[in-house]
Amino acid sequence: MGWLRNRFEENFAITTIDWALNWARSNSVWPLTFGLACCAIEMMAAGASRFDLDRFGAGAFRATPRQADLMIVAGTVTFKMAARIRRLWEQMPEPKYVLAMGACTVGGGPYFKYGYHVVKGVDLIVPVDVYVPGCPPRPEALLEGLMRLQEKIRAETIAKRAEPA
Amino acid sequence: MSLTVQEIAGLLQTRFPDAVLEVDADSRHPGIRVAPESWHDVALFLRDDPRLAMNLLRCISAVDLHPQPYIDVVYDLLSMRPPVSTGGGAADPWSCAGLVAIRVRLPRERAHVRSVADIWPTANWHEREAFDLMGVTFDGHPDLRRILCPDDWVGHPLRKDYVFPTEYHGIPAATGSAADSAGTGEEH
Repeated sequence: MGWLRNRFEENFAITTIDWALNWARSNSVWPLTFGLACCAIEMMAAGASRFDLDRFGAGAFRATPRQADLMIVAGTVTFKMAARIRRLWEQMPEPKYVLAMGACTVGGGPYFKYGYHVVKGVDLIVPVDVYVPGCPPRPEALLEGLMRLQEKIRAETIAKRAEPA
Repeated sequence: MSLTVQEIAGLLQTRFPDAVLEVDADSRHPGIRVAPESWHDVALFLRDDPRLAMNLLRCISAVDLHPQPYIDVVYDLLSMRPPVSTGGGAADPWSCAGLVAIRVRLPRERAHVRSVADIWPTANWHEREAFDLMGVTFDGHPDLRRILCPDDWVGHPLRKDYVFPTEYHGIPAATGSAADSAGTGEEH
């Protein structure tokens, strides 16, 4: 790389488009303001000052799916809600991510066997990127899930994008 | 000084000799069983008679007695005003002047009862819930639609012989074991 050295001014950086895009995307994952049940309370706690989701760039909860990158499905998904969740997901622009928070959303949870009204996992409705188990998960667990998602985003490349579902 | 269930039953028996079928004063949920045909008249009397003044309908519950062929509808009533007959001293406007549960026993296969939504507006949504989950039809209800389940839901989920759906709008629903055990109506 000798032919490049010392040929540019100060504050000049070289990177790849992949790295720059992933850096920007993974550090500004804006979630959708969207909670279904008790897990949403923990999600709010994760967003508030003690745990402060914004430290990782994901504290700007958007009130519209058009501006959101991440859907945190926090709470029991009922059949009545399923069509609404699918529609919200469809309204989000690409690239978009889904985090399944809590036992109900991961796989039906305590309603798996006798819950006539509960979808046995939100992955039957929308594709899920990260599963966070717990009933409900602690805010630390949600932060861990967010960091897993960030790792996933950083591994993306524009040359080979995952097929949209 | 609040009215006992026996006193309430006495007042009802004087006014409606045929309507009071059973008085259960000693259980943990004391109440009076009333004939379904007279329930609307009894309800109006319970609310409007100054000695009773049951002005608050606290809850409507439906109880599936399967395998017996009955559904009980239970109305929990409370009087928020002191009754005039037991007056004396300054009346506390928030004292409980008496409470009672009214039970109406309906045939399971044709569970119809007159709506009391015109007497206690609270009954509107409570009756919709009982209709949605237990399949009790309230005749004369102004807007008897499902309130919790989606409008196109099949069946009434809290009936003990309810058969679980296997899918809803293409989303797979119950597991095999749940469908098996729910279909037979056995005790779990």
